[in-house]
Amino acid sequence: MRLINRHPGRLTRTALVALPFLLAFGAYAIGSDIRLTANPSDKLLPAPSTIAETAHRLFTMPDQRSEKILLWGDTAASLIRLGLGVGISAVLATILGLLIGLLPYVRATLAGFVAVVSMIPPLAVLPILFIVFGLGELSKVVLIIVGILPFLIRDLSARVIEIPREMIVKAETLGASTFVIALRVALPQLLPRLIQAVRLSLGPAWLFLIAAEAIAAERGLGYRIFLVRRFLAMDIILTYVIWITFLAFMMDMVLRWLSRRLFPWTEASL
Amino acid sequence: MSFVVARDIFQSYGTRPILQRVNVTVEEGEFISIVGASGCGKSTFLRLLLAQERPTRGEIRVAGAEPAEEPGRDRGVVFQRYSVFPHMTVRDNIVAGESFRTRWGMFSGAAKRAARDRADETLRRIGLDHVADQYPATLSGGMQQRLAIGQALTAKPRILLLDEPFGALDPGTRLSMHDFLQDLREETGMTVFMVTHDLEEGFKLGDRVLVFDKPRWDPHDPNAYGATITYDFDARDGGIPFQRIKEDTHVFRPA
Repeated sequence: MRLINRHPGRLTRTALVALPFLLAFGAYAIGSDIRLTANPSDKLLPAPSTIAETAHRLFTMPDQRSEKILLWGDTAASLIRLGLGVGISAVLATILGLLIGLLPYVRATLAGFVAVVSMIPPLAVLPILFIVFGLGELSKVVLIIVGILPFLIRDLSARVIEIPREMIVKAETLGASTFVIALRVALPQLLPRLIQAVRLSLGPAWLFLIAAEAIAAERGLGYRIFLVRRFLAMDIILTYVIWITFLAFMMDMVLRWLSRRLFPWTEASL
Repeated sequence: MSFVVARDIFQSYGTRPILQRVNVTVEEGEFISIVGASGCGKSTFLRLLLAQERPTRGEIRVAGAEPAEEPGRDRGVVFQRYSVFPHMTVRDNIVAGESFRTRWGMFSGAAKRAARDRADETLRRIGLDHVADQYPATLSGGMQQRLAIGQALTAKPRILLLDEPFGALDPGTRLSMHDFLQDLREETGMTVFMVTHDLEEGFKLGDRVLVFDKPRWDPHDPNAYGATITYDFDARDGGIPFQRIKEDTHVFRPA
């Protein structure tokens, strides 16, 4: 039997899914153990138990000076920045994607410009953002927007152009105006794609967020990681990394669930 | 004056002629089948009738009005695919036939309830009332095309244009769609243009069958000449076609 036709059973599949996670964890545990036996005060690879203790402390114990739990404050600050950046980008990209995809005049004006702008490395303009928008929240949100908006616009306008011409013509023969075609034909078919595109752009959005926080911030997940790096506090860094990964994974899950829940017709076509 | 008049239509894409010297007049209520080999401009002619494209030369007038500049509510259309909206339920697809012409493209309140009731009535007539709340993708090909025709008729067009509407259906479904279309036609008496690959289908449904072909053929440059209407068959009288002579031959013809 060909390999392409061999499928794992339920149990095997579950085991296979778990395997790389277990291997990675095992490799870390062994590596950490080797280093710690050689030098008990080694800070580079803290034992999994140490990380668990640190995590417990970070999630529950308030800071001595501010009497607040820093991790939750950092999480809130980062999520607000990320939410604002991604949310504003999504709204702008939907509007511009519809305009570029549907209106030849707007397409002729903006498509080339967006294609060029999307090639600007966002981190290269970060200093400009700090100069123009200051070191506050605004420059971080703007960096996320600069980073993901061009991609979103290009992706969404391409999706609008992909809508079969027949469907647009059909709407025209039913007497629909340009506005009605945008609102009732293009937009509903664009929204599931928007969620897909936002899922894809979450990775870069986190990257830009952490980069901006690392350089100038007073709190935030990225700020904390780069702060404790000076003390080689690997246990804290690893806790934060696992927490960020968990948050990003949950966002992806929620968006996927939302897409299925809100747009049952996309499932029906598969 | 005839209902649809196409006068001296030329259409080329770039330097490549597709249609040349197409002249045809159609009376209100006629069912016109359009047949011809692939690439002979059948669908181009339909797009011109639809006003999705404008001819390079010549003009098409409907009911004596100025040539249309873009597709509008007087011409309904059903394509082979993509004729219904996948993101709307079957019922909403029918309602769209009425609501898309409004400012926001939807009804609210009492108008919405009334439109839904009318849509349910339409669905009963076209035999889709049992799937009213499903999405089109869950329907079979024949049901989707029935929905597309029902949706087009809800907008009450003066002409119905069908671009190979049954091309993707299996033979059995095709036959039941023929019955469906003939029933609808008897009810509405609408002018219909249907492009088809199937000669039998063309003669069965049509009052007239227009054949598109290239009158001249250059073997060294097959694209040098466009196509035109080479035959105009009368397909009435119980499906027994007799050829109508297009030229004035100065021979006695019984009226």
